[in-house]
Amino acid sequence: MAGQTDMELIKDGVRLDGRKPDELREVKITAGVLDNADGSCYLEWGNNKIYAGVFGPMECHPRHKQKADRAIVQARYTMAPFSVNDRKRPGLDRRSSEISYIVSQAFEKVVMVEEFPKASIRVDMQVVEAHAGTRCAAMTAASVALADAGIPMRDMIPACASGKVNDVVVLDLNKEEDNYGQADLPLAIIPSTGEVVLLQLDGHLTPEQFEEAMDLATSGCMDLYKIMRDALDKSYGGKK
Amino acid sequence: MSSDSVSNLMKGHMESLAAEGKRADGRGINEFREVKIETGMINTAEGSSMVHLGKTKVLCGIKLLIGTPYGDSPGSGTMTTSTELAPLADQSFDPGPPREASIELARVVDRGIRESRMIDFDALCIERGERVWMVYIDLHILDNGGNLFDCCTLAAAAALSNAKIPNVQHGIADEDVDLPVTCWPISCTFGRLGDTVILDPTSDEEAVMSARLTVAHDEDGNIRAAQKGMNGAFTDAEVREAVKTARKSDNVLREALKGI
Repeated sequence: MAGQTDMELIKDGVRLDGRKPDELREVKITAGVLDNADGSCYLEWGNNKIYAGVFGPMECHPRHKQKADRAIVQARYTMAPFSVNDRKRPGLDRRSSEISYIVSQAFEKVVMVEEFPKASIRVDMQVVEAHAGTRCAAMTAASVALADAGIPMRDMIPACASGKVNDVVVLDLNKEEDNYGQADLPLAIIPSTGEVVLLQLDGHLTPEQFEEAMDLATSGCMDLYKIMRDALDKSYGGKK
Repeated sequence: MSSDSVSNLMKGHMESLAAEGKRADGRGINEFREVKIETGMINTAEGSSMVHLGKTKVLCGIKLLIGTPYGDSPGSGTMTTSTELAPLADQSFDPGPPREASIELARVVDRGIRESRMIDFDALCIERGERVWMVYIDLHILDNGGNLFDCCTLAAAAALSNAKIPNVQHGIADEDVDLPVTCWPISCTFGRLGDTVILDPTSDEEAVMSARLTVAHDEDGNIRAAQKGMNGAFTDAEVREAVKTARKSDNVLREALKGI
């Protein structure tokens, strides 16, 4: 968030990429794209491209991480070195570690972890091309991959960000808006209950704008939820 | 799925099939699986490719950055190859820093590309002794169906042939030009199943084979790199025969590469 900028990111209610303030970028989801993984998903969200793969439930390694009464979710978010304009050094950095950690915890709320004591469910998210909003896109892909793997879940978790550019609250920031905007609020919810399982915020929002941003992100999540279900329906819905 | 423990029944079955010149998936012993190459799908990379070799899937991205040359070659660009065995590709791939297997893979691919002089390194010099292009080849394994060596070499070659030098972005020149590629190295990997040598092993075959041999040729039939792996051994005759077979068998990969 650069905060104040002279850059005109929204003009007459139209954003640089031609979207309206409350419009998502185009999202395409395909379930079951990988052979080895128990469940997988390929997702394109605008120009973001992400693969997610799930293994498990299986014996938890290292052993000291096992929980006697439930499974743990081991999520791992990584960005390919070629996914950004400047080459990113391979491996986990502090940003990826933080995202992996909060995503793991979000999924432990919806996955029926109590069914699998001492087990681990491994969720791997690989960002191969990044244009802002990858943590939400990766989580969304991971939800579909978990469903594809047949892991018992209470619900899937759609995730979507809202933010503020040129003092206007908008849905799903693109690259320029992320770099030069005034606020970014990634949100993940459980659609069936409305509970919030992931929330981050950086930038500057007035109390009113925060309310508006929460409403917008929530409606974005609900739109996304439909796309996720349609993708699974396409793979597993059978004859209509 | 590859696994450290495979039943003796499976091992015996694969070995006896191989002895009759057959494979579990119906191929002959010197036959590649179906290969499919796509290029240019990653917009943030200077070059990219996705190669499917049977069930193995590898995504390769090329990045070009400006850096200083090595002291012993002030007029040449540099190249670095890395592999990411993503945990989603195989249950046995652990998250964490690269293991020996991953490093061996990256180095074998690196040698095939480097020693064939596929990239014209001298043409990557911007200012002698000061500034050169550094080529980063990053290989992302998305699905491990066996024979990562050949799939990765093919993905690297395809992505390099598709790469542009980002002159405009770095203010070097007015237009982006193709990365100078001089030849096409192709590797062929063999496995020893019982007493039979097979080409292009699947992950099931890798789990029971005792030794691995990778041979890279250029298009003129000259050998450019080789590597023997795993704790078994090949006879002298088997090695010589494998090198000859590689020269004949790599044509299907070459055709696939030309087709992109």
